[in-house]
Amino acid sequence: MNLTLHVWRQKNSRSEGRFETYQAKDIIPDMSFLEMLDVVNQELIMKGEEPIAFEHDCREGICGSCGMVINGYPHGGQKGTTACQLHMRHYKDGDTITIEPWRARAFPVLKDLIVDRSAFDRIIQSGGFISATTGVAQDANTVLVPKSNADAAMDAAACIGCGACVAACPNASAMLFTAAKISHLGLLPQGQPERYARVVQMVEQMDKEGFGGCTNIGECSAACPKEISLDVIARMNRDLLVATIKGGK
Amino acid sequence: MTMSTTDTKPSTTRPATEYIDPKLDAKIPAGPIERKWERHKFEMKLVNPTNRRRYTIIIVGSGLAGASAAATLAEAGYNIKCYCYQDSPRRAHSIAAQGGINAAKNYRNDGDSVFRLFYDTIKGGDFRAREANVYRLAEVSMAIIDQCVAQGVPFAREYSGYLDNRSFGGAQVARTFYARGQTGQQLLLGAYQALSRQIGLGKVQMFSHTEMLDLVVIDGQARGIVTRDMITGKVESHIADAVVLATGGYSNVFYLSTNAKGCNTTAIWRAHRRGAFFGNPCYTQIHPTCIPVSGDHQSKLTLMSESLRNDGRVWVPKTPGDRRPPSQIPENERDYYLERKYPSYGNLAPRDISSRAAKEACDAGRGVGPGGLGVYLDFADAIKRLGKNVIAERYGNLFDMYERITGENPYEVPMRIYPAVHYTMGGLWVDYNLMSTIPGLFVIGEANFSDHGANRLGASALMQGLADGYFILPYTIADYLASTRLPKADTTHSAFRETEAEINDRVRRLLNTKGLRTVDSFHRELGRIMWEYCGMARNEAGLKKALDQIPALREEFWASVKVPGENNDINQELEKAGRLADFLELGELMCIDALHRNESCGGHFREEYQTEDGEAKRDDESYSYVAAWEFTSLGAKPILHKELLQFENIALATRSYK
Repeated sequence: MNLTLHVWRQKNSRSEGRFETYQAKDIIPDMSFLEMLDVVNQELIMKGEEPIAFEHDCREGICGSCGMVINGYPHGGQKGTTACQLHMRHYKDGDTITIEPWRARAFPVLKDLIVDRSAFDRIIQSGGFISATTGVAQDANTVLVPKSNADAAMDAAACIGCGACVAACPNASAMLFTAAKISHLGLLPQGQPERYARVVQMVEQMDKEGFGGCTNIGECSAACPKEISLDVIARMNRDLLVATIKGGK
Repeated sequence: MTMSTTDTKPSTTRPATEYIDPKLDAKIPAGPIERKWERHKFEMKLVNPTNRRRYTIIIVGSGLAGASAAATLAEAGYNIKCYCYQDSPRRAHSIAAQGGINAAKNYRNDGDSVFRLFYDTIKGGDFRAREANVYRLAEVSMAIIDQCVAQGVPFAREYSGYLDNRSFGGAQVARTFYARGQTGQQLLLGAYQALSRQIGLGKVQMFSHTEMLDLVVIDGQARGIVTRDMITGKVESHIADAVVLATGGYSNVFYLSTNAKGCNTTAIWRAHRRGAFFGNPCYTQIHPTCIPVSGDHQSKLTLMSESLRNDGRVWVPKTPGDRRPPSQIPENERDYYLERKYPSYGNLAPRDISSRAAKEACDAGRGVGPGGLGVYLDFADAIKRLGKNVIAERYGNLFDMYERITGENPYEVPMRIYPAVHYTMGGLWVDYNLMSTIPGLFVIGEANFSDHGANRLGASALMQGLADGYFILPYTIADYLASTRLPKADTTHSAFRETEAEINDRVRRLLNTKGLRTVDSFHRELGRIMWEYCGMARNEAGLKKALDQIPALREEFWASVKVPGENNDINQELEKAGRLADFLELGELMCIDALHRNESCGGHFREEYQTEDGEAKRDDESYSYVAAWEFTSLGAKPILHKELLQFENIALATRSYK
């Protein structure tokens, strides 16, 4: 099939960007979305033009590198699917596809579809961990974890840090990302000692990075390729309230 | 031009005990195997806690091995500089490991022990690994699980709240811990969070989007690296007291593999060129359960976790050319070939054996799917026995992934799978202390050659990465620092200046060639050569052909590669070109190694050396050694050094899973 692409091109963080139009020819339904871009890029290179820059690595939906807004939806809008796992069989001959980077103040564009997501790293650095220095641990079965808690923690821990939640949110809020980590750790007995300090520090850092606030719209969860539930935000807000009452400790 | 190899002495018929290559001292501690590590830990020198902050250690790579080492060494008080090419250390390819991590906890009460894990790993590796390293790996495996649980890794649990286990290929006990089909992700996030804590505390300086392009050796000691900032193109020097490479494997030499697109050999290959010997480069693992290639556009292959073989049954039609849909092939016309050939391990036969059996079936015309390059992995019986819900709970995310890629629903039709390159057992040679032949250069995780011999067992890569990073390197690197005099040096040293100039030259050359072919077209061609001649089955004639074709392709690459863009911005084609240039050198060494090893063992299957029923035939008399190759110059013969392997605790035996 043949497609028309409108792609955001931007030389670097200092230049202005614009949409360019390209034709994607002879696309096979079994191709992934990124493989379709590979085809377009090979053609651009042969024409002596610069290929479209986009981040990608594992191409199996787990590393969280890829991320682009496709026809207005982060990762293309297919339920629980990253752009690298989106396949061209969901498009039809003659379709027009618009591709642009994540749009958020906290995620400045570096080039074309690549944005700087280091703000996420700094949120984790501010408290998204359990301080278990190597060597301290006792036998793993000493502390029991009810299966339901372990499963809920795993649901939250499935976050791949791609940033789709931020891109989908009209406020460019990072609540789902931050709350997923707070829930993952807060649901486990090992995470209790730092639970309230963690939530305060991480929320503070999140605000400092320039992400917007949450107005309970739910676009984040709908766009999340790992289908992380909005419940994590409720849990984070509860923890934050308790922490505030406790004085942040 | 075909290369032959230069053997160092002695002839292979001499008894093992007589010969030690002077350049290849494995430094295995004396004493009984179960006491070696304990004793060595006591005998190694320590760095006083207040002195540790005077040392700087460079760690390249932020996967399981790199992140765990960086976090642990920073916790101990050293200054760490950590580098990754991704935009965040959380994205290292360890994240894609699905199935699990082994540990000899014996929580199932099914007869597991440190010795059994050691035994399974040595046997699984087809008796081509170093006993002392493997025993230590089994020994520290339990502490890894403890550490990860303490960090909050959400391992699967039973209703009682205790940790759950499952079994993996090549083992008859259930010793694999897992977090759904995302074990690698959860273990990596645990290490990443520990690393992040140290970054926050200022003990680790993290360089993301930064690629190591060369190693700097001063007066024979590894003292630093030269990197390229992938955002600005700036080439920069970094100095330290020791350098650790945790840069993963080199499966992408085959172009199509299950590795992430960015995985590359540059760090270890550049170190090899600077003097680090390369161990067993031809040992590659072909994973039996991957989604088959669907066309020429394919950019990478996707693994379906080995854990699926706990409940899935592998089969092909008995009759060659049977094109009926699977549902119309009656039970008695199906060949469950793994269950038939290996009744005691069945569908959980080790990876190398399962992969070869699949190839054999397809070569005989019994393959399924487009092109006949596939076999079925069928869950119908398991769904009948356990119900769809149980299967969905165990493998739901894998089934979803399969459906997304192929458009077929594996709850209703059997999966189609085919082997794909997945892991490289070979890597830089290291001694018992994980130090390469360059003093001060340590190599951990998949990047080194140790522990897995000629074939790695499932769920052992995560174990090795974390064992090296959390529990082994932090001791051995301290011993090196405490017992080594390091002359004062800084990045104005001529070794840094010269290396920077070389890199800038190379970048200019790649950008200015302005040839006719894209980087990808060269990479695909290299991949085709490697898969055809140095893949699942190898033979002398094919390897010689590859040794003609690779240097020619390399020449063509440098003469006519087309790399658009500039150096001082993000330039992904330039990054790929640099990596491919190194793969084009490594591929040749892999073929040289495969050609010299006139036996079959584990993942290295030489068609000339097989038993009557097509199993790998080892030659312990001649090849029970690690082949460690010394770089001389490009296009010249590498020098072979041999580390003879001693089996004192496990008797050499023909591997059987029947």
